[in-house]
Amino acid sequence: MSAATPPVSIARLAADLAARRVSAAELAQDALAAARAQTSLNAFVTLDDAGATAAAQAADVSLARGAAPALTGIPCAHKDIFCTDGVRTTCASRMLEQFVPPYDASVVERLKAGGAVAIGKTNLDEFAMGSSNENSAFGAVCNPWDPTRVPGGSSGGSAAAVAAGIVPFATGTDTGGSIRQPAAFCGITGLKPTYGRVSRWGMIAFASSLDCGGVLARSAEDCAHVLGAIAGHDARDATSVDRAAEDYVGALQQPLAGLRIGIAREYFGAGIDDAVAHGVRAALAELEKRGAKLVEVSLPNAHLAIPAYYVIAPAEASSNLARYDGVRYGHRCANPTSLEDLYTRSRAEGFGAEVKRRILVGTYALSAGYYDAYYLRAQRVRRLIANDFTAAFDTCDLIAGPTTPSVAFALGEKSGDPLAMYAADVNTVAVNLAGLPAISLPAGFDRGLPFGLQLIAPAFAEARLLTAGHALQQATDFHTRRPDADSHGSRRPGVPA
Amino acid sequence: MSTQWQPVIGLEIHAQLATHSKLFSGAPTAYGAEPNTQAAAVDIALPGTLPVPNRAALEKAIAFGLSVDATIARDSVFARKNYFYPDLPKGYQISQYERPIVAEGRLAVRLDDGRTLDVRIERAHIEEDAGKSLHDAFHAATGIDLNRAGTPLLEIVSAPVLHSAQEAVAYMRTVHTLVRWLGICDGNMQEGSFRCDANVSVRPAGVEKLGTRTEIKNVNSFRFVEKAIEYEIERQIRALENGETIVQETRLYDPAHHRTRPMRSKESADDYRYFPDPDLPPLAVDEALIARVRDGLPELPQQRQARYVAALGLPEADAAQLCADRATADYFEAVLAAAPGEAKVCANWVLGELAAALNDAAVPIERSNVSAAALAGLLVRVREGAISGKTAKEVFAAMWAGEGDADSVIAARGLRQISDSGALAATIDAVLAEFPKQTADYRAGNEKLLQFFVGQAMKRTRGQANPQQLNALLVEKLAG
Repeated sequence: MSAATPPVSIARLAADLAARRVSAAELAQDALAAARAQTSLNAFVTLDDAGATAAAQAADVSLARGAAPALTGIPCAHKDIFCTDGVRTTCASRMLEQFVPPYDASVVERLKAGGAVAIGKTNLDEFAMGSSNENSAFGAVCNPWDPTRVPGGSSGGSAAAVAAGIVPFATGTDTGGSIRQPAAFCGITGLKPTYGRVSRWGMIAFASSLDCGGVLARSAEDCAHVLGAIAGHDARDATSVDRAAEDYVGALQQPLAGLRIGIAREYFGAGIDDAVAHGVRAALAELEKRGAKLVEVSLPNAHLAIPAYYVIAPAEASSNLARYDGVRYGHRCANPTSLEDLYTRSRAEGFGAEVKRRILVGTYALSAGYYDAYYLRAQRVRRLIANDFTAAFDTCDLIAGPTTPSVAFALGEKSGDPLAMYAADVNTVAVNLAGLPAISLPAGFDRGLPFGLQLIAPAFAEARLLTAGHALQQATDFHTRRPDADSHGSRRPGVPA
Repeated sequence: MSTQWQPVIGLEIHAQLATHSKLFSGAPTAYGAEPNTQAAAVDIALPGTLPVPNRAALEKAIAFGLSVDATIARDSVFARKNYFYPDLPKGYQISQYERPIVAEGRLAVRLDDGRTLDVRIERAHIEEDAGKSLHDAFHAATGIDLNRAGTPLLEIVSAPVLHSAQEAVAYMRTVHTLVRWLGICDGNMQEGSFRCDANVSVRPAGVEKLGTRTEIKNVNSFRFVEKAIEYEIERQIRALENGETIVQETRLYDPAHHRTRPMRSKESADDYRYFPDPDLPPLAVDEALIARVRDGLPELPQQRQARYVAALGLPEADAAQLCADRATADYFEAVLAAAPGEAKVCANWVLGELAAALNDAAVPIERSNVSAAALAGLLVRVREGAISGKTAKEVFAAMWAGEGDADSVIAARGLRQISDSGALAATIDAVLAEFPKQTADYRAGNEKLLQFFVGQAMKRTRGQANPQQLNALLVEKLAG
């Protein structure tokens, strides 16, 4: 496979593998070669040739025997925040540059069991803190549609790797939009499941009550295949919900008729580019044509999501990242002169600027005398936001809006202005505060750059998101577009298939 | 006229819950293993690991709460206590802060002077222990042993209602008895399974407002708790009488010099930034679980003590001593079951001969050389009159030394009493014949001579005559 090959679905790849028209070993080698051919994207932190080769060989053996699990032999990549047994897991941080976990994250384990072949670890914003993938200790990732632009973050490497055709899918994590926003910026499909649907075991924590593992792939259909493999209860995560995964692939064929899609007024508010708003409405019109019913809904507290999020997430992060103290693993400063010196220099050298900023903000928010005014208040706001969704779902089945206010911005454009960067998360963070599932679907192009439609569902209604997403992708071809050099910037947006 | 001062003391007791595995991981909790061999990925806080609560620890905490008539929270919350220390792997301790599992209980504490204190227990919460820093194990470096990290603790917090070191220790002992009785803590103070922090302040008698308190950290013996509190009370009174003010601070007890000294102020000035642990949903406890734990509770020490007094007629002091630990009380009941009807005699033996032998041998009652059944066998022989109470002590000593049960010792040593009235009558006849003068004197009114005849008869039977029977027969024969 190369970047120029038209996208092939996971189902099609699986059929080719089952029929032995292609081997898992060939797919793995192609993926590794594609990754190496596009190192300028900086999508990968680590390529695991040996692991991929061994896994592909095992996949070929089980394919030859027949009755292999659904993802057997399908190449993939893991965001470098999922622990991988024997393969270093850096969180794109100097702090964990040399950290090799002795165990697999639940998501990694389940995909292994499902037969998927991981070729490496993708780049990200350090500890998943960022919306541009510029906060990586290993350098920024470029957007395959335009290398001068960001791919989004924090799952920027995963999004770029899928968009560039290196792998059919990659894992990601979404704390405030970190799957959906890069999916939108890179023209692919990103699914953030319900909080508790996918185990967090082995997923290195940023903000525990918001972090959610999920998938970036080319289509809703591909997302359905992967979600089926990673969803389910895990006793090692106390927040994992004991509820059986559904038949997500089966859900793709469900009719749209009667599905009420609530258009959230607030998601089309000030700051949303006209082209994006227009394109998203056009995509929704396609769903209407297929039987969905569009209704107006309101989420009156939507404007409070960003301030609440940027208190809660840093507060949890300040505590979650306390373990990186230079004592047991991770970066340790040279020749510490005292315990305090060990802590101070190890952490000062190991963490990047954005991580430090959030640790400081979070520590402040939790401090005696400020706790009530910040953390407790933010938690109250969080409840209001969740209540807004509950009320809105009385009159609709899904809530829709643009995933991001604009297409991908330029590298460096916002890196000096954290508040402007945070503000771009306006449509995604509320979903994490409420713990709901959401999907970003390619919905058009503005000046040659993709943007996304976000659909939000009630808790555990991932199947509904996939039904609607698949319906949209039956009606449009945005998800099949590829960032080929010759077509870059020349495509006309919004042409249905 | 100098001020009268009233000390006010509250204790925070840390009882290690006797679970097989840790509070949030599957690693074993056994004491004394090689450093860092009992620490799982969760315990060393590897990135990506998550805590999962141990249900057994929860049930043990509920058992404690029920046994002190406390309220059991239906949804208690784990909170993170954030601070940096090398033996605290996550950089925070998982504890409970605003909503502990156990709230508002009470415990009756019997004091040495016979008074009973009703001590209010404000709360008891579940938390994990930290590891250990080994400051002397390496040259110019500190070793970290994380075997203890994540071990479940129940922190039992009393209200500030204790007014002397003696009251504090009596309360601590009562809690110690209770947690061992319930089987939720092994109570081993040397291994640190049961330790306490004491909050101490003093105020002028009659004043309601509490004085500034100091906290004495981590004292792990009853004697040291008493000494530390006594020292601290005196220190505070002396300071106040010298016009100084008490600084709220954490102090350490130095057992070598029997005094307390302040810890570095940095250690006590922490802002722990408590907040609910987002990795752990509220700990749901339903009625069924509470009912199950309640059904599994043993008869509590206070209840059993009351029963010994009311139903068995034991003196308060005996009942209290027997119920000082469950093994002793259970032993006593086993003796009584096999030798029914004589509770006081059983109690005397358990608290007397047996306790002394256990103490001398430094053996716990669970591993007593003489089983409850064997002791009962001995007591039955005494009651039957086969041996005297005095002989029984000799038999017990032989049993303790491993010479077999009561019957074999009595047989082997030929200790059976002569209770055969025919044999005793013949002996008495022989004695009276040998001492005609004394017989005549007795019959003339010198009844003090009875003991002389008893002694002579005992001499002839080598002490094996049943004394009551001998007495009765002698009186009868001498009467002519």
